[in-house]
Amino acid sequence: MTLVKTKIGRRSFIRNAGLASGGLVIGFNWLASCKMTPEQVNNLPKEWFEFNGFLKVGDNGMVTIMSPNPEIGQNVKTAMPMIVAEELDVAWKDVIVEQAPLNTDIFTRQLAGGSQSIRQGWESLRMAGATAKHMLKEAAAQAWGVSADEITVKDGVLTHQGSGNSAGFGEMASAASSIEVPEEVQLKDNGDFSIIGTDKRNVDGKKIVTGKPLFGLDVYKEGMLTAMIVHPPAFGMKFKSMNAESVKSMPGIKDVFHFEAYPDDVERQWADGGGIPELVAIVGNSTWECMQAKKALDVEWEEASKLESSAYHDEALASLLEKPQEEPAREDGNVDAAFKKATKIVESIYSAPYLAHNTMEPMNFFAHVTSEKAELLGPIQTPEFLEKTLVSRLGLPAEKIDIMMTRMGGGFGRRLYGTFAVEAASISQKMNAPVKLVYSREDDMTQGTYRPSYKVKFKAGLDEDGKLIAWHVRGAGTNDDLIFENRFPAGAVDNYLAEKHSLQSNVTTGAWRAPRSNFIAGAEQAFMDEVAEAAGKDPLEFRLELFDRAINNPVGDPEKNDYDPQRYAGVLKLVKEKANWGSETGKARGVAAYYCHNSYVAQVLELEDTDDMPRVENIWCAVDCGIVVNPLAAKNQIEGGMIDGIGHSTYSAMTFEEGKPQQSNFDNYRLMRHSEAPKNIEVFFVDNGIDPTGLGEPSLPPAIGALANALYKATGRRHYNQPFINEKPPLVG
Amino acid sequence: MATFTLNINGKEQEVDVDPSTPILWVLRDHLNLVGTKFGCGIAQCGACTIHLDGTATRACMLTVSTVGDSKITTIEGLSEKGDHPVQKAWLEEDVPQCGYCQAGQIMTASAFLDKNPNPTDGEIEMAMNGNICRCGTYTRIKKAVKLAAKS
Ligand code: FES
Ligand code: FES
Repeated sequence: MTLVKTKIGRRSFIRNAGLASGGLVIGFNWLASCKMTPEQVNNLPKEWFEFNGFLKVGDNGMVTIMSPNPEIGQNVKTAMPMIVAEELDVAWKDVIVEQAPLNTDIFTRQLAGGSQSIRQGWESLRMAGATAKHMLKEAAAQAWGVSADEITVKDGVLTHQGSGNSAGFGEMASAASSIEVPEEVQLKDNGDFSIIGTDKRNVDGKKIVTGKPLFGLDVYKEGMLTAMIVHPPAFGMKFKSMNAESVKSMPGIKDVFHFEAYPDDVERQWADGGGIPELVAIVGNSTWECMQAKKALDVEWEEASKLESSAYHDEALASLLEKPQEEPAREDGNVDAAFKKATKIVESIYSAPYLAHNTMEPMNFFAHVTSEKAELLGPIQTPEFLEKTLVSRLGLPAEKIDIMMTRMGGGFGRRLYGTFAVEAASISQKMNAPVKLVYSREDDMTQGTYRPSYKVKFKAGLDEDGKLIAWHVRGAGTNDDLIFENRFPAGAVDNYLAEKHSLQSNVTTGAWRAPRSNFIAGAEQAFMDEVAEAAGKDPLEFRLELFDRAINNPVGDPEKNDYDPQRYAGVLKLVKEKANWGSETGKARGVAAYYCHNSYVAQVLELEDTDDMPRVENIWCAVDCGIVVNPLAAKNQIEGGMIDGIGHSTYSAMTFEEGKPQQSNFDNYRLMRHSEAPKNIEVFFVDNGIDPTGLGEPSLPPAIGALANALYKATGRRHYNQPFINEKPPLVG
Repeated sequence: MATFTLNINGKEQEVDVDPSTPILWVLRDHLNLVGTKFGCGIAQCGACTIHLDGTATRACMLTVSTVGDSKITTIEGLSEKGDHPVQKAWLEEDVPQCGYCQAGQIMTASAFLDKNPNPTDGEIEMAMNGNICRCGTYTRIKKAVKLAAKS
């Protein structure tokens, strides 16, 4: 067992009157209606006892566990409570899960981003369960006059073998909740886990399949008005004037006004991203009435800065690829000299367009702002940052601002930027009424915060033995410089040069599932295949040779390299074995591996054997993300990530003419559909007992490389430019 | 504004709305049936799928004035206890990620299986093609449809 100090987040474990059952959810009764199944309601305890901010135990032994982080579909609402329940040793069936509201006094990092929820919550979640178990044992020890060390706990039952005493958590809850919080607690050895590592179904599953209100868009409250916004039709334009009078008198319309969501004096957080400063609001009784008014409204816009087109972005990025970086991001050895010596040189340029997030649930938020307080409820990945912005925007202290997260109909990074919540609060303040802001799909898709557009040029040099002696990468993106200079193959090539540039653009960008990695991985892994081919080597073996180099004789300071070559090679070897790589299947196959968000993923992807429109038939995927808390859901993330990567790189693009987005809904922005999705996916986890790392993002980036490599095998042509559907002649339908 | 009497989940419901209002917003804004989701508003994503006399229909482009006596079933009315074979299969396969598209997926799948109880993989894919899942749960959806078909 590991003994850990309860210092980290100790505040979280100190009882506080404000935490008493229900205390935090006052004002959010909307959620209470959908918290529990009817069976659970019937079995509810008469009294709850608070142990710490994470959990309370009922007098009948039921346990409520608060899930601190926002749920965007990554399934932390099941996984985080599983970790608490593990250390508490309660039976999973006796656990009720609730979404915690934003509470910076109790929780740290209530954020869904960077695939970090489990990794960074791991220790405090375990301590929350372990401290409560310790207190229950102490209470039982005092009641029975025995030593706590002799008490065992299993499935919510405390037992003392020697005296034959036994009691459920419920019986000890009252006494235990006033036992002093221990200075240190013992955590379990991995081998003793009985919940972690087992398949647990989504705690909201039943509510999802029966259509219960769970999402931000499902919030309806007494006296609530609906609001929609009108934003500039093109990047580079701003509001000039409008004639709202006739629209104001349309049925159900309460008001139409121009407003500033971000006046100049608002202190912006990074999470305010590309928030549009000035907008038009339409407020009415119902969504359809607002939509009708929106159609009828005539707004005049004026040019405020350059109106950029995709052709401009392409040219400007291409010219950056010709420009050396003054201070290269990383340089090992001497690439110029090495290229002179090289017997073979491979050089290619890869590109990808802007992408929209397109969460299935469009942006929305409920806000009720009065002169005394603000109540906000909705889908947000960064509630803590939102609170900071609202303090500045509304002129209210943080204690007067309550923020509650709903389940989110997807995040993918878009809801890191709570601009829509700031807009909702601004509108509510002006209307002095509760308001739910709803974006139409068109509003959502054309408002920005896109995955940047990227280009990258690779150049590799091989010696006469086919050994990689030089690697030069120069990348550029819009508002983003793309390159992770310390990632593979840095450390595995004697002469290595990484350069990066960012093109400033008024088309707003933001993190999109696996930022940067979502492009650079696919490009790098496709280029790696080109180099392996030039070297006359099997692409998988070629990669393993490079990892051998990084393991045995790394170039430069190995501490600087942002990956562990052993684990990287480990997933490649595992996928090699599982896919039976090297055996002739008669089908086109591609391999790729990548490291991001602290996890390692390798994939072999196989295409259907057809003359036209090849579709992915099989994927074997090996993942090293340390301990897997909930394998059933973890596989769902891995599968979804790969489908996401394959779908977007094949079909999706945002383009611009004179600043105006050319795609606005799913009739002109293509997303992968059922008949295009991979047919079979098998996922294999490396079992190494290391503390858990990221899971929501790492499977996406390499899938694009594996696809490009398989497409080459199928067609004989390299696929350099996403979306691959635009490659002429089109090869993927 | 006009009054309409609608047959929803076996119950007569009266609403007073603009005749151009799509059923999606009648359900969500006026009848507190929020299980039917808004995704695109132009019949492209399937999030708003309901059954109209047993046929999977996009509620976002179905205006209230055209419904007449037709029977509307929403996800809330698919089964009394949430135990329709398709719902059960969805839970068994642990399909949802964010879950937002799933009511629509389930409504499409259940109407489809009523008409074609023993579908091939290709038939499932074609039937489900109007329902986008941004989270990429397609492989699990197919498994769940097959599981539901078996039961
Ligand atoms: S909302 Fe009706 S199909 Fe998308
Ligand atoms: S589960 Fe998220 S869109 Fe389908």
